[in-house]
Amino acid sequence: MKYEEQPTTMITIDELLARTNRYFLEGYRLVQIGCTRVDGKFEINYSFDKDYRFENLRVELQEGGTLPSISSVYFGAFIYENEIHDLFGISVTGMNIDFKGTLYRTTVKYPFSRDTKKEDDLCPGR
Amino acid sequence: MSRQIIIPFGPQHPVLPEPIHLDLVLEDEIVVDVIPSIGYVHRGLEKLVERREYTEYVYVAERICGICSFVHGLAYCQGVEGIMNVEVPERALYLRTIWSEYSRLHSHLLTLGLFADVLGFENLFMNAWRLREHILDDMEATTGGRVIQGSCKVGGVRRDISSEKLDQMVSGLNDLEKEMKELTDVFLRDSSIKSRLCGVGVLPKKEAYEYGAVGPTLRGSGWSIDMRKLGYAAFSKLNFEPVVETQGDCYARCAVRAKEMFVSIDLIRQAVQKIPDGPVEVKVTGAPDGEFFTRVEQPRGELVHYVKGNGTKNLARSRVRTPTFTNIPPLVAMLKGCELADVPVIVHSIDPCIGCAER
Repeated sequence: MKYEEQPTTMITIDELLARTNRYFLEGYRLVQIGCTRVDGKFEINYSFDKDYRFENLRVELQEGGTLPSISSVYFGAFIYENEIHDLFGISVTGMNIDFKGTLYRTTVKYPFSRDTKKEDDLCPGR
Repeated sequence: MSRQIIIPFGPQHPVLPEPIHLDLVLEDEIVVDVIPSIGYVHRGLEKLVERREYTEYVYVAERICGICSFVHGLAYCQGVEGIMNVEVPERALYLRTIWSEYSRLHSHLLTLGLFADVLGFENLFMNAWRLREHILDDMEATTGGRVIQGSCKVGGVRRDISSEKLDQMVSGLNDLEKEMKELTDVFLRDSSIKSRLCGVGVLPKKEAYEYGAVGPTLRGSGWSIDMRKLGYAAFSKLNFEPVVETQGDCYARCAVRAKEMFVSIDLIRQAVQKIPDGPVEVKVTGAPDGEFFTRVEQPRGELVHYVKGNGTKNLARSRVRTPTFTNIPPLVAMLKGCELADVPVIVHSIDPCIGCAER
């Protein structure tokens, strides 16, 4: 089976809006925004598709950093940005719909912002 | 301007199989704004990847959704295989294709039944679910599970299907096809159904694309986008064209699902005809080191699994973007301007799976 090509371009946070806007103008749709915690930093992947061509932009964010929203370009981005805020504790500025931390109701605040340790009780109180 | 009021819709509502909450801002009977809210069934399944070996996590991935569980398992396995460059045996790819299309049949029959229930057409609901039982019987006979199959694994599949059983399945589908035709004719031609669905919850073509719609929601608005065209599993060796409708309303989304079932049956027939003999799995050794995005076409639309390995048995990250999650912003757009009485129909027209969306 042939695996799909999926180039990823590293960019800075300052470039994010301009690069996203370029994708929008070229007719790409936003596939997803996903976050991964790597060595105390956050990697945020923005995936786009046009005619089955799949491309990613990646920004790196230090803990406590702020991410600009791309919901002014892609309306539907708000759902991913609220998710990133609620699970990773990353502040996203300028969202068109801001749930202010109520999209997910989690017992542990920002559960994906740290690594799970063996001794962690994943179901406290049960 | 009329006075605005807010009506809460859900999380518990007779038409909602799973909890989602919408704050509907109304002017008289017209919805002028919608604020969606989820988070009632978030299980944090992605976090479990840090505690399970990558070969075991497929069981967790399958439990993300109780309807299209096989497709989640498939997408996860493809992701790990993509990192490790595993050459999956051809027969396993065909078996994955067959089970994927069975999942689509069972999911579409389920949602069409629920749709009939939303419309108050109880008999049609029962008929759709009666047909779905035949699909589930075949799933159970070939995998051991009706809903959670556990048949996909990294490197192939756990079970083979004998050629006699494959022929039996095709013959069963031939019989079922006639009954499905009668069922879908009601969805597509009945005047009372049309009067509830036509022109309701219109999602224009441009908005569908820009707001991130996927699957039947996107194809119902005129876009011929279907991840099976990427050619994963054995889809590159089978002929099919995505079902597309152009009206963008609830009827179009319903019609896409109804017609897609016949495409699925045809794909299964083709796969059974072409399936080669041979092994159904390869031994996978080592640990994944790298990252991979997999995209597959779940019954509700494009499903994305991102997996990242760090050279250990435990993956560093599993990120799942489900179709319902990305269909929420288009749902907001569809609801604006509709009548309050049409909200349940429109919500159901995206075939929401909230357990899947929240993971």
